[in-house]
Amino acid sequence: MQSETKARVNQLTSPAGHPVSVLRFEGDIASTSKDAVLGTYHALPKETAKLVLLDFSKVDYINSSGIALVIQMMIEASNSGQKVFAFGLSAHFTKVFTMVGITKYAGLFPSQAEALAAL
Amino acid sequence: MSELKSANLPKCTTVEVRLPSRMGFEKVAMATAASVAKLMGFREDRVEDLKTAIAEACINAIEHGNRLNEKLSVGVVLSAGADALEVKVIDDGKGINRQPAKPDIDRKMHGEEGPRGMGMFLIQALVDEAEWVAGSGGKSSYVRLVIRLDKDAE
Repeated sequence: MQSETKARVNQLTSPAGHPVSVLRFEGDIASTSKDAVLGTYHALPKETAKLVLLDFSKVDYINSSGIALVIQMMIEASNSGQKVFAFGLSAHFTKVFTMVGITKYAGLFPSQAEALAAL
Repeated sequence: MSELKSANLPKCTTVEVRLPSRMGFEKVAMATAASVAKLMGFREDRVEDLKTAIAEACINAIEHGNRLNEKLSVGVVLSAGADALEVKVIDDGKGINRQPAKPDIDRKMHGEEGPRGMGMFLIQALVDEAEWVAGSGGKSSYVRLVIRLDKDAE
């Protein structure tokens, strides 16, 4: 019943010239999304992927188990000296992410362009 | 929306849904609750709040109350009143006897608290009332959620 989470990675360069690894998610992010969320993140080269940008613009549904996976990724990123940002959340999920405190450790932006401009 | 509001729901309308205890079926309850809330005239942002709260309540019922036992079902009863929507999510678990703790992102980020455990907090934060009731004999425990129409804003 849960829509499978699809994930892919793009490498972009911010206007300031910094390499950015964009993790793009599609579908649901729930307890079954571990491979898509953490598996995709683990495949990034830790030494060079210092800026990680999460794209939620095509995510239909996130529950607290999915949020927990995002937090787990943020913990691992923090321990690896990486910075995590995100864009594309709906107004509702921006509110939910703020409620659980994610915004304290990851910047949220309305669009990819605004996210990249800040990196 | 004005057409739906003039549908004139009776003073208390009840809708019941029975879900299998399988992850993913919370979406059925979410869609049903969203439909009832829209008929009552709730704003879109409140409908989204309700959907997430119901998703979390159903997931808890499926995973913890009914322990993913597909022989058991989760009952969802929606009662639409004149100015409030009450939702009960019922499972065959023992219920809980503690208040949900606010998740601490600092503790999570430093490995002092697990990344999970935010469902009950979100439920309380997103609806106007949330009450957990343990069933007698370890059965028919439920969480009761209420959202109220804000007459000035809706």
